[in-house]
Amino acid sequence: MLQRTPLFSLHQSLGARLVEFGGWEMPVQYSSIVGEHLAVRRAAGLFDISHMGEIVVNGPGAADFLNHTLTNDIGKLAVGQGQYSLLCNERGGVVDDLYVYRLKADEFLLIVNASRVAADWDWLQIQVDHAPARDGFRLRDVSEEFGAVAVQGPAVRQFIDAAIPGGSIGGTLAPQVTGLAKNEVATFVFQGTPVQVARTGYTGEDGFEVVAPASVVGAVWDALMVAGRPMGLQPAGLGARDTLRTEMGYPLYGHELDEDTTPIEAGLGHFVALDKGEFVGREVLAAQKERGPQKRCVAFKMTDKSAPPRPGYAICAGPDLAAVGKVVSGTQSPSLGVGIGMGYVPPEFAKPGTAIAIEIRGRRAPAVVVKKPIYQRPA
Amino acid sequence: MSNIPADLKYAKSHEWVRVQGDLATVGISDHAQHELTDVVFVELPAKGRQVKAGDACAVVESVKTASDVYSPVSGEVVETNGAVVANPALVNSAPYGEGWFFRVRLSNPGELAGLLDAPAYKALIGAA
Repeated sequence: MLQRTPLFSLHQSLGARLVEFGGWEMPVQYSSIVGEHLAVRRAAGLFDISHMGEIVVNGPGAADFLNHTLTNDIGKLAVGQGQYSLLCNERGGVVDDLYVYRLKADEFLLIVNASRVAADWDWLQIQVDHAPARDGFRLRDVSEEFGAVAVQGPAVRQFIDAAIPGGSIGGTLAPQVTGLAKNEVATFVFQGTPVQVARTGYTGEDGFEVVAPASVVGAVWDALMVAGRPMGLQPAGLGARDTLRTEMGYPLYGHELDEDTTPIEAGLGHFVALDKGEFVGREVLAAQKERGPQKRCVAFKMTDKSAPPRPGYAICAGPDLAAVGKVVSGTQSPSLGVGIGMGYVPPEFAKPGTAIAIEIRGRRAPAVVVKKPIYQRPA
Repeated sequence: MSNIPADLKYAKSHEWVRVQGDLATVGISDHAQHELTDVVFVELPAKGRQVKAGDACAVVESVKTASDVYSPVSGEVVETNGAVVANPALVNSAPYGEGWFFRVRLSNPGELAGLLDAPAYKALIGAA
């Protein structure tokens, strides 16, 4: 039985097409993936992200525990700030990628992938068991108690203060939601209930993510729609979420990331703080960074008109265009109108500008390695 | 609601056939284009290719997926629609018109009797 978010009946009433994703029955699109994608790039889109997991870590030992368990440096996180981080195994492989928010000095909220909540929880418990000296903290999986929405796009700043009025009562102090800077988080009171609002997202556009109790998230959705519809806000599904993140070169667990792939290989070395002291996977990651990984995640663009690249297609390179790697994400870019994707190749083919080809139904379609993000907002 | 013209024949795999003399024009149904949404790429068979009924001989791709298109009839491909290759969105905007895929010179017109008529296709897709 697939899980359903608190917004499920709303999606049904909006005529959404529903698909399985990470054990959840989720809207892939309401009207059209391309239309929803372009709405986010040009105005605004509203996503149900209630399927994502929430884990709270609190107590005087919480920061120390998380710094030993995650790759990024918690020490750089002030109260009211968030950071992208990775949960790695001892081999440096990625158990999950996630966002950490410091809500209070000794309270952290982790937003994790829906499909990885159970794996994350098991791995975190092993870290707790293996760390008897690090005590004074508590872990709670609160995924079922909370829902969440992401509201993304250049128009969002024009209406979010009307949807969630008032100043913050915790985290970053802000007179209104738009007072938050990128990656900042704060507690606001929405219709009498505290909700967490962060200026973060997965689309490459300005925007916010709102985590609210499951019973309240429907009212948050409605308030955002009422305030945002006149500015072009529309509901957006997982289809657009995927094309938007692919244009930005952002990883999706199960595609760019898995337990046998390291953040260094994935091009996420920026989020691995090798200088912060000991943490799980550090030895392997430090050695890999030193000598260079055997494979690298690259972004690419098709150079001619072709069918869109898809996960699993071979990446060919070199003088004889031999198969050297595999596509892990691929689609037609709604913003650029060409096929785009990401895949893993040996380092000698990873340089932007390298000519490659994607094998599509037995034919080799020319492509070129490009710098991430694949799509850049026009200046 | 899906548009299902009464003068066409349909395959269970959601292609339509319009017969004029010994020529059959093939495309995908309004229901199929609606399910796909946002067609971004169409690949057609080569002119002159001999196809058998049920052969996968074209591909239609949306943002999310690639789907095979099967020829509902046997014969030689005598014409393909260059306009739909250049502008795949025609599949969405005019599935029974400018969005057609290819034309086959029928080698076995008796196969047409095995295709669905509009009411039977309507029943297949459960359209109200």
